[in-house]
Amino acid sequence: MKLVINQQTVEVNAPADRTALQYLRASGLTGTKEGCASGDCGACTVMVGELKAGKVQFKTINSCIVPIGQLAGTHVVTVEGLADQSGLHPVQDEMVVCHGSQCGFCTPGFVMSLAAMLENGDPAKTETVQQGISGNLCRCTGYRPIVQAGMNALGRDYESRLQDPGLLNDIKPASSGSVQQPLNESALRAVMVQYPRAPLIAGGTDLMLEVTQRYQGIERLIDVSRVKELRLITETQDTYGIGASVTYTELEAFFAPRSPALVSLLHRFGSRQIRNSGTIGGNLANGSPIADMPPILICWDATLELCSSSGQTREVDISEFYTGYRQTVLKADEYIAGIRIPKRSLNSFTRCYKSSKRIEDDISSVMGAFLFEGDSSNLLEGGGSKITAARIAFGGMAATPVRLTGIEDRLVGKTVSEELLTDVSEALGEAMSPLTDVRASAEYRTAMARSMVVRALNEFSGISKPLVMELELHA
Amino acid sequence: MRKLTNNEAGAGVGSVTLGMGDSLAHESAIKHVTGGAQYVDDILEPADLLHVATGQSTIAHGRIKSLNLDAVRVAEGVVDVITIKDVPGDPDVSPVYTGDMLLASEEVVYIGQPIFAVAAISLELAKKACLQAKIEYEVLEAVLTPQQALAKAAFVLPTRSFVKGEVDQAIESAAHVVEAEQFVRGQEHFYLEGQISLALPTEDGGVHVISSSQHPSEIQKLVASVLGLNIHQVQSETRRMGGGFGGKESQAAILGCTASLFAVRNRRSVKYRMPRQDDMVQTGKRHDFWNRYRAGVTDQGIITGVQMELAGLCGCTADLSEGIVDRAMFHADNAYYYPAARINGYRCKTNTVSNTAFRGFGGPKGMIAAESMMDDIARKVGRDPLDVRLDNLYAPGRDETPYGQKIEQHMLRDMMEKLADDAGYRDRRNAISAFNKENADVRKGLALTPIKFGISFTSTHLNQAGALLHIYTDGSVHINHGGTEMGQGLYTKIAQVVASTLGVSYERVMVSSTRTDKVPNTSPTAASAGTDLNGMAAQNAAQKIKRRLIEFVASDSGVSSNEVTIENDKVMVRGDARSFDDVVKSAYMNRIQLSATGFYKTPKINFDKETGKGHPFFYFANGAALSEVIVDGLTGEYRVSQVDILHDVGNSINPAIDIGQIEGGFVQGMGWLTTEELLWDDTGRLISNSPANYKIPTAYDVPEKFSVQLYHEPNQEKTIYQSKAVGEPPLMLALSVWCALRDAAASFSDYQINPPMNAPATPEEVYYAINAAKEYPTK
Repeated sequence: MKLVINQQTVEVNAPADRTALQYLRASGLTGTKEGCASGDCGACTVMVGELKAGKVQFKTINSCIVPIGQLAGTHVVTVEGLADQSGLHPVQDEMVVCHGSQCGFCTPGFVMSLAAMLENGDPAKTETVQQGISGNLCRCTGYRPIVQAGMNALGRDYESRLQDPGLLNDIKPASSGSVQQPLNESALRAVMVQYPRAPLIAGGTDLMLEVTQRYQGIERLIDVSRVKELRLITETQDTYGIGASVTYTELEAFFAPRSPALVSLLHRFGSRQIRNSGTIGGNLANGSPIADMPPILICWDATLELCSSSGQTREVDISEFYTGYRQTVLKADEYIAGIRIPKRSLNSFTRCYKSSKRIEDDISSVMGAFLFEGDSSNLLEGGGSKITAARIAFGGMAATPVRLTGIEDRLVGKTVSEELLTDVSEALGEAMSPLTDVRASAEYRTAMARSMVVRALNEFSGISKPLVMELELHA
Repeated sequence: MRKLTNNEAGAGVGSVTLGMGDSLAHESAIKHVTGGAQYVDDILEPADLLHVATGQSTIAHGRIKSLNLDAVRVAEGVVDVITIKDVPGDPDVSPVYTGDMLLASEEVVYIGQPIFAVAAISLELAKKACLQAKIEYEVLEAVLTPQQALAKAAFVLPTRSFVKGEVDQAIESAAHVVEAEQFVRGQEHFYLEGQISLALPTEDGGVHVISSSQHPSEIQKLVASVLGLNIHQVQSETRRMGGGFGGKESQAAILGCTASLFAVRNRRSVKYRMPRQDDMVQTGKRHDFWNRYRAGVTDQGIITGVQMELAGLCGCTADLSEGIVDRAMFHADNAYYYPAARINGYRCKTNTVSNTAFRGFGGPKGMIAAESMMDDIARKVGRDPLDVRLDNLYAPGRDETPYGQKIEQHMLRDMMEKLADDAGYRDRRNAISAFNKENADVRKGLALTPIKFGISFTSTHLNQAGALLHIYTDGSVHINHGGTEMGQGLYTKIAQVVASTLGVSYERVMVSSTRTDKVPNTSPTAASAGTDLNGMAAQNAAQKIKRRLIEFVASDSGVSSNEVTIENDKVMVRGDARSFDDVVKSAYMNRIQLSATGFYKTPKINFDKETGKGHPFFYFANGAALSEVIVDGLTGEYRVSQVDILHDVGNSINPAIDIGQIEGGFVQGMGWLTTEELLWDDTGRLISNSPANYKIPTAYDVPEKFSVQLYHEPNQEKTIYQSKAVGEPPLMLALSVWCALRDAAASFSDYQINPPMNAPATPEEVYYAINAAKEYPTK
């Protein structure tokens, strides 16, 4: 397979489990560093350019957990590819001027994250810069000079030195080899029949940890991230259809005007690099009990469309998808094709609350999602009315994401009162028995689940506005 | 305002002179941002390279009943497998005392302890091979907490005490007694570059080791002793580290020794790089401490006497814990005068990885007890915590520390008052009180805390340094010294010292790898003393050569030496200027030696470990920080909304670098006290073993309002440029964040009590502190 690295077309024949980072470093591009090999620190950040409507669009990825084979047909830019004869790239220049490096080991990753923002024409705003470097850890500087460098660079006039669509014109994804990249569903199904034991990979943000952390080899991968139908967001009169390979970055853009509650959650979901690679299908298929998406999808009555390699499809209600710890109804010969969300769900009062030690890029200890409808006309804002419908779902409280129909039943037909809050809060404690682990104690998890329900109901009924804290946290 | 100056690497000799006090960019800044800075793993790999991984104990304490490595030896790619029996020399790689074994023998003492090591043709194959071992253990009882160790009197080294005055009487006769306990967790270094060594065998049967290490001389010494070689057969080198923070002071040695052993056995080059998880599990961290304190105070909250018990979790061996617990004891007063005191320091032996140096070296663990106690006193006597702190500061006449050293430079009252005025402490305190009255669930907290940090190694002999300076015939200058570069800007500051001492431009001076064959018998780059020690040694070398050049020019021109000066790359003789380059060339032709060594030892210091008295510190670095937080009472979640810092670096050699140390140290300390939770399960397994579950701060955690000012007052002692050390002290400014969070929690009791709160103050910890405050009956 072929790709472009720093403007040079190269031919690569690598095993399926060779990461982009391993490949780059072995070819002498040692500016890109390994800090963790698990997608948590960003020292390995590189930019990946793809042709979109005749232009090259760049995004950042963690090269430590992306197989090099998945990057066929893209333009990979590393820290060595930024400066040219005219001098340092604006981001590099500002990092020097602002004293943005100390030990320098994380620096190439930060430079790439900031450079991608410049390529995308992002505004020079603190929050934007913070979001852009949310997946980059620095242990020396305390970040202030790096954020300053980003602000300065984004404020400069910049003409891309990397836009060269011609470079990508003749190279295509790999239809053969260790990483299979089918471009449509029928090709996907054919490949699944041909290689029934090969795992499917989308963002790879979880699967590749088997390779980099547990030293398991993977002989062949089937990459679903290029399958055209799975990349689409479609719309019918009543539903939105989200393809399983839609990334979180794409979801952020899609939901920005449609669901502020989800978008505020997505800003705390992984990091920019993870959201650029990770897909909604991957987040569901890996079966994690602390995945951030299932609770809100449960509240929205979403259904999953599953498809087998022989082309048979079936629909499963999301609340019936999970069967046990990291187990789902997905069969070995099936893939998730898409997620259907009823449009009317988005019109209801919805809240997502995430509890974690760190605000950004942390796995939830508790993830709560709430949907309430009332008899008032202002559905989105709630407003002191009788509850006519309720959905409550949690992640991190059991072996699977769970919907609490028993609690929902206690709410329907009631208006929010101290008495109701106490009743629901007590019932919640009895309904769940979470675990104590590295992220939180069982007691705290239960306490948080209660706090979340109380807060959601109070906001629904108008007793409290979204808290100052919330505004601060999600600003 | 900082002056931003751009050091264009390779800009050529002789352009602009920028010397002391200028904000020069880090000497490697351009290499950092272009990916050109070479770390050990970036060195072009030799074709014969082998990679190392270790087989690790899966139990915290036990005896190895059987060890079968047959399948490991025949695994794909494996070239060599060693156990402790294969060590030709001394397998003990301890830095000070004994007990740190290269590989386990019969007994295993922590989960993750290396039992055997594998060299294979790739890291992946080495790791896979390790999984093939068959090991049977006899499980023994494990000690996992300081409380358990105290109950069993299990210590790695004897307990020490500082005693001053009649402490029991001073406490019991006081108007009020304040007492509490706290558990303060340790911290993972999380340097972005993991531990690594590359060993290249030499033709003399020795080895050249290139490591990411704060202490190349110790690696050299230990490699020689493990291999049974003379020290001169081993050369140890460090160009730069991707972060150190104390974690690469003693802990880097085991990698250098293991790689060297394989290199010499196999006559091949060998790399030992720990993947992140191995690094987190197998290398030591900041110590957990269990602190208890009891203080007598007057009605005004003035301390009459203090009793403190500081119990550090040292892990399975002594490592550097002698000095670390000592330093906790030295800083159990922080900035406050204790008329009478008894401070006991316990070195608890546990079945966990041996804990080690981390920025602050025990100091933070003593200080947090003092600061927590100040807040408790304030609640007890109903005064503002800032006033209680100000009134308890050391002052003339109230100046003797519990270890006998007198405080000579009293700067903190002025610094704290200036910070309080500039950042509006009193107004904000009133505003916060009003805010907290009006809000049921969301509260704010505020705290202004000082730090006073003693500078010098407390092991007196380490306070020495060497340098080697050459001037070549084109006038370019090359300096080596015993310090290592881990991002702190030491090389930049040393180049500034050399340039300004010689009177030449900064661009002329090149600082290269720290190597044991250039400067021997060096001390670790630690204790914040890198610039203090090596800067003076470099200056000493530069002065020697400068004197030779001046004497040569004087005799050449027939004038007296005091009529010759060197400045701005010019040699001035009675008003006539000669270029430095010409003078150097001419000096060479006249057989003037253009190379010199430099040496320095810190004056004035002494300490008697037996009596616990002396003058262990050359001077103190000071600082103060004011932090404000906003806390959600329903969940314990919070944001740090504003931080203002005023810090004392004496005369700053490089303000940009010093501010970088202050900001970075503060944020690292904030991580320790907030989101970084080091956790073991009840079998002794580290469960915070990856960046997925151990969370250091991100850019978002840093307050947008974050101001750092330098307090401009020269060091009273004769240090380089009258500057002060800056590496460690700022970390402890973050205690203001922890105190502010506790202040916010206290608001839920209407400030009647300070609820118990351990460190780190995770949202969960803050939530329970708030609940404890809520349960207190309010008036």
